[in-house]
Amino acid sequence: MADPVDGGGLSFKPLDQFEVKRLFGEGPIEWYTITNVTMWMAIAVACIVLLLVIGTSKRAVVPNRTQSVAETLYGFVYTMVEDVTGKDGIKYFPYIFTLFIFILFSNFLGLLPMSFTTTSHIAVTAILAFAVFFTVTIIGFVKNGAAFLGLFWVSSAPLALRPILAVIEVISYFVRPVSHSIRLAGNLMAGHAVLKVFAGFAQVGLIIAPVAILGVVAIYALEVLVSAIQAYVFTILTCVYLKDALHPSH
Amino acid sequence: MEGELAHIGAGLAAIGSGAAAIGVGHVAGNFLAGALRNPSAAAGQTATLFIGIAFAEALGIFSFLVALLLMFAV
Repeated sequence: MADPVDGGGLSFKPLDQFEVKRLFGEGPIEWYTITNVTMWMAIAVACIVLLLVIGTSKRAVVPNRTQSVAETLYGFVYTMVEDVTGKDGIKYFPYIFTLFIFILFSNFLGLLPMSFTTTSHIAVTAILAFAVFFTVTIIGFVKNGAAFLGLFWVSSAPLALRPILAVIEVISYFVRPVSHSIRLAGNLMAGHAVLKVFAGFAQVGLIIAPVAILGVVAIYALEVLVSAIQAYVFTILTCVYLKDALHPSH
Repeated sequence: MEGELAHIGAGLAAIGSGAAAIGVGHVAGNFLAGALRNPSAAAGQTATLFIGIAFAEALGIFSFLVALLLMFAV
């Protein structure tokens, strides 16, 4: 971590908010240590359970507010899976809905002041993205057998070009989990770092401070939008990869 | 001296964010141009729009990541 800028007592530490800390006691962080990441993931899961289980427990014909939020989210993801992957992708809907709602809630909980954004860590998003990558690859080989390799052999291209295209297709296939995870983590990390930098401008003086606070408000609104869009993008790319696995022919 | 060079490199890497902005604007602008010609077909293409924006934006995020690494990790 770089030293804070010492210009008239102005200090920028935009990346301190992403520090993983132990919740209890002292010592090194092992894989089983309960940290703030663990806590905020647990809170996200608890909120999802509250919304989906408690919200739909009455199963009223005319839904109340909680139930209609739960039903809207369900219907939104269901239509998306059906539109992108087709009828035979519907049986993977539970997995995709789980991904969507976990990322959505982690992003939104990260926007609360003093909270921790779990999805801003590449360790978290890489696990999600590699899980998608391996699931999709295994589904592709189980469903299509060796025909799944047809994904890399662009049969609509001229014969002479096909080997070159195959190399590009293989590379782009293996870069998928990298870009899938970095897109989510990078967007969230960048947004939260920008919020912190603008908050740092508020230290400058009485003239700059109101402008800086207005800037924080505006960027916060943008971040609410980005949180929802990134959850949507992660999910729809999962659907696209799943469609490739189910129907590998170009 | 090395630290200063790293800061210059981070600034250069930030050019990539601007390039990604051009890419995202290109995708969204072309979508809008098409959508205004045939508004009834636009609703079905929003998913494609977001996929295109996501692909264009990912490369800008890569350059941001390079800048962060140069600032704080090198």
